[in-house]
Amino acid sequence: MGLTLAEKILSEKVGRRVKPGEIVVSRVDMAVAQDGTGPLTFDVIKELVGEERVFDPGKVLLTVDHTGPSPRRDLSNFQLRMRAFSKKTGAIIRDVGEGISHVLLAEDYVKPGDVVVGADSHTCTVGAMAAFATGLGSTDIAVAMVLGKIWFRVPETVKFELEGELPEGVYSKDLILSIIGRIGEDGASYKAMEYSGDGVKNLSMDARFTVSNMAHEAGGKVGLFPSDGETKKFMEENGRGRDWMPIEADGDASYYKEFRIDLTEIEPVVSYPHLPANVKPVKEAVKDGIRVDQVVIGTCTNGRLEDLEVAAKILKGRRVAKGTRLLVYPASRKIYLKAMKSGIIEALVEAGAVIGPPSCGPCVGIHLGVLGDGEVCLSTQNRNFLGRMGNPNSYIYLASPATCAASAIEGRIADPRDYL
Amino acid sequence: MIRGRAWKFGDDISTDHIAPGRYYHLRSNLPEFLKHVFEDADPEFSKEIMKGKSFIVVGGRNFGKGSSREHAARLIKLAGSPVVLAKSFSRIFYRNCFNIGMPALIVDTDRIGHLDELEVDLEGGKVRDLTKGVELDFEPIPEVMLKFMKEGGIVAYIKKHGDLVF
Repeated sequence: MGLTLAEKILSEKVGRRVKPGEIVVSRVDMAVAQDGTGPLTFDVIKELVGEERVFDPGKVLLTVDHTGPSPRRDLSNFQLRMRAFSKKTGAIIRDVGEGISHVLLAEDYVKPGDVVVGADSHTCTVGAMAAFATGLGSTDIAVAMVLGKIWFRVPETVKFELEGELPEGVYSKDLILSIIGRIGEDGASYKAMEYSGDGVKNLSMDARFTVSNMAHEAGGKVGLFPSDGETKKFMEENGRGRDWMPIEADGDASYYKEFRIDLTEIEPVVSYPHLPANVKPVKEAVKDGIRVDQVVIGTCTNGRLEDLEVAAKILKGRRVAKGTRLLVYPASRKIYLKAMKSGIIEALVEAGAVIGPPSCGPCVGIHLGVLGDGEVCLSTQNRNFLGRMGNPNSYIYLASPATCAASAIEGRIADPRDYL
Repeated sequence: MIRGRAWKFGDDISTDHIAPGRYYHLRSNLPEFLKHVFEDADPEFSKEIMKGKSFIVVGGRNFGKGSSREHAARLIKLAGSPVVLAKSFSRIFYRNCFNIGMPALIVDTDRIGHLDELEVDLEGGKVRDLTKGVELDFEPIPEVMLKFMKEGGIVAYIKKHGDLVF
């Protein structure tokens, strides 16, 4: 019997063949904390070893992505602790404006076959590069940062066999929201989600990151894609082609459950408040006539170049509706610069968008677009939980960057296919 | 034997409900954050906690979903709940609970009423609702979690054993 992607990566790391259900201790290739979870991680490190130290400074990444630039002094002090810890231990720090940890991991640090843990639930994003990447709490990350290893229960794998190609106007965000709508928010609890099939090669890396990013919204531990030519191209573009290697699941691997998904049948969808699994076709949302006060394009889910590109294509030469705000947050500085040089930023600003710093933006609920009472937001982010954007008396809908761009033009949820 | 009154919450309680993002700045001041614990799920809870009362937190399905913020589990512990009961837990939250020495027990919480008097027998694997007079079995705690639990959390476990070995 062969191995699933998750089993293959963990077996390689542990040095023997592992099987689902067993507990293994694995070396970690990167351990990450951000400004919201870092300070607690540092407290636990001190409790654990009596001082601030890490097993290998080159494998510990700290990012200031959730609260930067700081909106208030107590958060500025969190950021000071991040910098002080980095100075003391030599851990890598990527400061305000450099980008979101998951995106920086993909650009600069992670390679296929790595085990990556982060004190951020969306660490699963880099599973798109065939890395066993998952989110953990600050205490687990403290352990990983000090010992260079962590324990896992080897997960069973749920396989999603993708066939065909997404129709025009339909994106990988629609795919993952459709999957979550179908299996539910605990549909893949404790499981590895693995994507395979001919359809995979029709998804770019940017598209795959979006799918892997939302594994956690289905309860999944990891969201894995095979490492193939697309992965290689992405790593080459980021100057790391030499680190690439192919990995795929064995043909005779054994799965907990299997789904076949015909990509040609996916249509644009929207998640209604307050659950990501509350998914409806955009056609229905259009009929419901949902007015939007704020539209957000960005975050670790959809702040990559292709996301900004598709939004700019729709918005070019058009205007954001009066009474609607369009906020755009490139997910990293590298993406921001590329979008600037290719005219994407110009098109967005001309249409009326506000461009914010590379960061998590308003998804965290503390700054850069906190909603007012009764306000409605359509966002490319991954969560629409009650109060997520700083106000429990507001409503968040989730969709693709194209649906967001079209909706910004109309001032209500719109079908992106009308703008192609 | 753990005893206490149940405070019931519904399904799909996220860490955003437990520790709302708008109080991000209070993550370094958990006693202050406690005034807002579960604010978006049931604001009455923190009011009772602030009066000095304590309860056993009882959730429904997929309890603790969402953000990895361990502050959510720590706030529940700080509120005086020695264990958390739910029909199912989200995985990061589940690990966080045992890591900080607060067992998360999987049990059919539909059979527990709000404010019922509970007795939790960790060794015996039972939750007794004394108000209703029913005895419920909780799912066996995974062996690795039991090891952490015995030492009061993963930090104490590693300190004792010098490493992450099982």
